[in-house]
Amino acid sequence: MKSAKKITVALIGNPNSGKTTIFNMLTGARQHVGNYPGVTVEKFQGVCRYKDFEMHIVDLPGTYSLTAYSPEELIARNYIIDEHPDVVVQVVDASHIERSLYLTMQLIEIDAPLVLAFNMSDIARQKGLVFDTDKLSTLLEAPIVQTVGSKNKGKQELLDMAASVSQKPKTRRIHTVTYGDEIQRQLEVIEDLLKSKEPQLSEKYTAHWLAVKLLENDTEIAAKISDKSVHDTVNSAVAHLKSLFKDEPEIILADRRYGFISGACQETIKTTAEARHNLSDTIDTFVIHRILGLPIFLILMYIVFSLTFRLGKYPMDWLESSFAWLGTAIGDVWPADSMLWLQSLLVDGVIAGVGGVIVFLPNILLLFLAIAFLEDTGYMARAAFVADRIMHKIGLHGKSFIPMLIGFGCSVPAIMAARILENKRNRLTTIMVIPLMSCGAKLTIYMLIIPAFFVDTILLDAGIITIRTQALMLWLIYLIGIVIAVICAKLLRGTLFKGESIPFVMELPPYRMPTLKSLTIHMWQRAWLYLKKAGTIILAISIILWFAASYPRVSADSLEDLPVEQAQQTQLEYSVIGRFGKFIEPLIKPLGFDWKIGTALIGATAAKEVFVSQMGIIYAVGDTSTDTHTLRSTLKNTYTPLTGFCIMLFCLIYAPCFATLAATRMETNTWRWPIFQFFALTLIAYFLTLLTYQFGRLLL
Amino acid sequence: MINTALKPLSVIKSGATVKVARIDAGKGLNAKLASMGLFPHVKIKVVNNGHPGPFVIAVKDSKVALGRGMANKIIVCDV
Repeated sequence: MKSAKKITVALIGNPNSGKTTIFNMLTGARQHVGNYPGVTVEKFQGVCRYKDFEMHIVDLPGTYSLTAYSPEELIARNYIIDEHPDVVVQVVDASHIERSLYLTMQLIEIDAPLVLAFNMSDIARQKGLVFDTDKLSTLLEAPIVQTVGSKNKGKQELLDMAASVSQKPKTRRIHTVTYGDEIQRQLEVIEDLLKSKEPQLSEKYTAHWLAVKLLENDTEIAAKISDKSVHDTVNSAVAHLKSLFKDEPEIILADRRYGFISGACQETIKTTAEARHNLSDTIDTFVIHRILGLPIFLILMYIVFSLTFRLGKYPMDWLESSFAWLGTAIGDVWPADSMLWLQSLLVDGVIAGVGGVIVFLPNILLLFLAIAFLEDTGYMARAAFVADRIMHKIGLHGKSFIPMLIGFGCSVPAIMAARILENKRNRLTTIMVIPLMSCGAKLTIYMLIIPAFFVDTILLDAGIITIRTQALMLWLIYLIGIVIAVICAKLLRGTLFKGESIPFVMELPPYRMPTLKSLTIHMWQRAWLYLKKAGTIILAISIILWFAASYPRVSADSLEDLPVEQAQQTQLEYSVIGRFGKFIEPLIKPLGFDWKIGTALIGATAAKEVFVSQMGIIYAVGDTSTDTHTLRSTLKNTYTPLTGFCIMLFCLIYAPCFATLAATRMETNTWRWPIFQFFALTLIAYFLTLLTYQFGRLLL
Repeated sequence: MINTALKPLSVIKSGATVKVARIDAGKGLNAKLASMGLFPHVKIKVVNNGHPGPFVIAVKDSKVALGRGMANKIIVCDV
């Protein structure tokens, strides 16, 4: 058998061009997600075997051009100019040809081995567009294949073409964009100078492309060139062109490229039907309506959350009982009296800790599925648009709203979702305040505290609306989180992350019905990242916490006469965590907390749910999951409602859980921000709780 | 007489078609906007002037949402 020829195929295209559907079509489920080194842009790779080729397919980030404006664009560009893929397939939305060809022009300019996939050609046909692909292909000097990614159409042809282009020797292009005599002359001067002064760079990237980029004032390229005379020549050329055209050179260059494109389009594309008011426009008249937009958005979000939690409840219960069963089963089969510490580590540490995270997986999967659905239909862009008005007031971007919303489910995917923000300052601000959104784990604390201290009386009964104390408390604590987040975001944007807010510019893609395949792939990729990252960290933390709560051991003799619960408590007091709790007691006393709450708070830095189980152990009421009622009455008899409220307030704000900190580390690529997040939030929590407790004591 | 008075895009009413005269944005942003089809001499249609919120325009067959600040920086004239 012949060994397969390995070739790399890079997929590039505008956002919403259906690039991902083409990628899924070519690679199926054999995909691999990673990160580009140094940045948090996801790198999707897959392998496709075709005839005697083994094609390594790289899905580059969606981009409109090859400038150096956003990290995505830079990654796409650097991949093509530095890694030299054997074939570059540009996925073109056939119903938006003109704009897509702008990227094509730039790919031609860097002389990429190009294949054009005219995707969604069925929609283009419906719109009445007829292409003379042969002629257009001759003009662009690149083969064109018509595809419909969502229906698997055009796969063979595309693979055939990619294979043949990869084997073809490079030829000189005949047509390139002509920028007009005046610009051409300036370009030639710069090119000649580059060839003599920077021969290596000119060889690598072609002098022509470098010259064009320098005229466009591309900072990334300018930084590569050390020779001063080149910069001087470029500057005088820019000044000359500016005085001549009364415009920046990059605008003139863009103008010429579009000129070439519209010329090519006029010759090769015919419209048989008049463009009419389409369905997307009709939907948009409601969805982005000035007044209706926000309520529609809120209703959709409510549906997402209630589906996530309602449908997720069943598999969550099954998982919970299976983990409980597993724990008991291990206890049952464990040989008596041998290595009991290992049994405890497995059951109380690993299974309780890791299992505690995995039970949230159904919720996470559903949430991701809903988000994938909103994204793939095109609604997410509208949501960002609707939220922009509000977010703008606190110095954030409309797009920040999406990660903050996800934060009500879990901070980890929320912080990962902050990637959609191009601007680093906006992204960092958003990441910093996400933990203030009350997540699912914090909800367990609220559910323990609220019924324990607040009697559920009806405060207001107005027919359809009844306001009850407990619901009001819950609403209040969520609201406090949001208000603090807003204040923090505003403060951060005014100090640490100062700088002009990046202007909001975002395409609103036409609405589309997503395919089940793309939704599943989308959902699974994210869920897998969550499982892997959160799982490994949680495992490590669970083991550490278990040791801290179990050692040093009290000698067995002194515990002999005590009942099980008291023995547990004595042991806890003696352990590292217990000692630490006692140690910080003077510090947390002004907040209304004793050492017992202190140890629970320390444990809860690993995962907020730990607070509930830790309090259970401390108050020695045995299995807390089945008997929170007893724990509640113990709490009620021990603490005041004010302390109860202070516990919720403190838990809402203080140190994000380890998984969140790890996610922040991953997304910001430095330990500085998670450390800052940890201390800043803990300080805010401390002072707010201090104020609340001290004032509360005076008033109540 | 043709009215060629310059005004910011933000004051244009929904449904009107205008021509971009210039964009007062930074260099990088200019290039990005150009790649989305938004640059001087291009005709754009205001789909939704969501006063006082953001703004939707149609340019070269696609819909683009702009923040209020951005709409102030785009200077247009009548076609």
